Amino acid sequence: MTLAFQARGLVKRFGATTALDGVDLSAEEGTVLGVLGPNGAGKTTAVRILATLLRPDSGTATVGGLDVARHPGEVRRLIGLTGQFASVDADLTGTQNLVLIGRLLDMRGAEAKARARELLADFDLSEAAGRAAGTYSGGMRRRLDLAASLMGRPKIVFLDEPTTGLDPAKREELWGVVRRLVDDGATVLLTTQYLEEADALADEISVIDSGEVIAHGTPADLKRIVGGRHITVRPADPARLDDAGRVLSTVTGRSPDSPHRGVLSVPAETDRDFPAVVAELDRAGVPVTELALQLPDLDDVFFKLTGHTAADDKEAVAA
Amino acid sequence: MTTMELSAPRPLGLARHSLALAGRSLIKTARNPEHLLDVTLQPVMFTVMFTYLLGGAVAGSTEDYLRTLVPGIMVMVTLFASMQSGVNFNDDIKNGVFDRFRSMPIGRSAPLVGAVLGDAIRYVVAIVVLLAFAAAIGYRVDTGPLQILAASLLAIALAFAVSWMFVLLGAVMRDPGGVQGIAFIVLFPLTFGSDLLAPTETLPGWLQAWVDVNPAAQAMQAARGLLMGGPVAGPATATLLWSAGILAVFAPLAVSAYRRRS
Repeated sequence: MTLAFQARGLVKRFGATTALDGVDLSAEEGTVLGVLGPNGAGKTTAVRILATLLRPDSGTATVGGLDVARHPGEVRRLIGLTGQFASVDADLTGTQNLVLIGRLLDMRGAEAKARARELLADFDLSEAAGRAAGTYSGGMRRRLDLAASLMGRPKIVFLDEPTTGLDPAKREELWGVVRRLVDDGATVLLTTQYLEEADALADEISVIDSGEVIAHGTPADLKRIVGGRHITVRPADPARLDDAGRVLSTVTGRSPDSPHRGVLSVPAETDRDFPAVVAELDRAGVPVTELALQLPDLDDVFFKLTGHTAADDKEAVAA
Repeated sequence: MTTMELSAPRPLGLARHSLALAGRSLIKTARNPEHLLDVTLQPVMFTVMFTYLLGGAVAGSTEDYLRTLVPGIMVMVTLFASMQSGVNFNDDIKNGVFDRFRSMPIGRSAPLVGAVLGDAIRYVVAIVVLLAFAAAIGYRVDTGPLQILAASLLAIALAFAVSWMFVLLGAVMRDPGGVQGIAFIVLFPLTFGSDLLAPTETLPGWLQAWVDVNPAAQAMQAARGLLMGGPVAGPATATLLWSAGILAVFAPLAVSAYRRRS
């Protein structure tokens, strides 16, 4: 296997702020690297360096085997970039936006139009193709933006928080697009604030905090660190809390703790724990108003890795 | 790590990419016709104001005054129109779409050339409105359509060159208002430091010296020569040399200012 991109020891400062403090990132061809971290962690800065939009103060980055600082023009021919904010022209229609990108990628007119039509259909935008992008909803603009970055069939695609602000259904749709890209042989770098998203898409995950990679591994590795899933229960009658607790400890062999008043939580070790809890609660006649199998979220990961939450981190950045 | 294969770039990339981006700016103008309001109203306003304020005093009659005024106004309105290239560019580069252009395999100057070329429509509108309105209030060209075309092209050539000064401002300044403020300081000595409104015989020596070299004054002389009959070669050559010189200095400065800003 060869690496599609590799960043080594990236350092970038903006005035007194150190955005990146020695970041290493890499992905093998045809895989998805998830870069997970809170706002202000340095994800966007790292992507902008790999996409030739910023020069690092030190460290090196190669994309497709080419040094981004020495061969930015060649690197730009290999990549597609979708930024955090949709970068489409509000005055141009969906088709005009894509055709313009095609022309800038040296496609002939007919070729650009055909590719635009294909992508608009793929992204469920055919009906809106003739309308100015300024009239699109947030999700439609995001899809058009992604379509624009795929016009040239890039081998390496950088997606900077592509689902931030999208509703869950649209998010799932976008995940489908990313999976198709990888099936077609592309390599994807995806930044996200959601562990769930990284888990769903990434082959490997790098966790970034305050400009440093604090963990790297497969989603399974990370979940091992964080401690996996939790079952949470809220009995309908608060007086039955002890009965519910007995069920949880019988099934999982662990004693539950209470993260909130009236709620119990216990780690789920195996995939059979949750259905067993459902069955046992029913057998014991304990009605519940909440019952969930919860995946660890970014806050859990951060808490385990750094001892503080992602939210604390944001406050620290703001301060 | 192996190097990925690249398709060979097609030749004349900068020209094609610039034209594609000029097309973008034309679409934007068509979608926002109010962006053409200044170039529609200014020629009318300047012509009315100067003709009726000064015509009687300077030339004896408004018809006679229009003969010398209109060629000068032609240069003036195209120069005023060129300011907007810098204002729009300043606004545009903050738009996310410029991030995409930066991440694409196109020449760094293509977005700037595209913006400047796309504004050609503004010059054409300004000149057409001017000639139509002037004709409606009694202006007649002494020569013919070819000379009108030549005078228009000369005015547009100078405006193209000067617009690079404004695009430089657009790339450097923080907001459109700042671009506009500085642009007027450039435009006033260019357009009014000339015999646009009145003969220059009584000017003090230093101002006379400026009028003699001022590229806009040269362009006005050439336009007058073309539209009224008179010497053309000297002032036309001076205008074109000035245009080439301004372009050679300010286009590279604008491109490098744009590159630094990201």
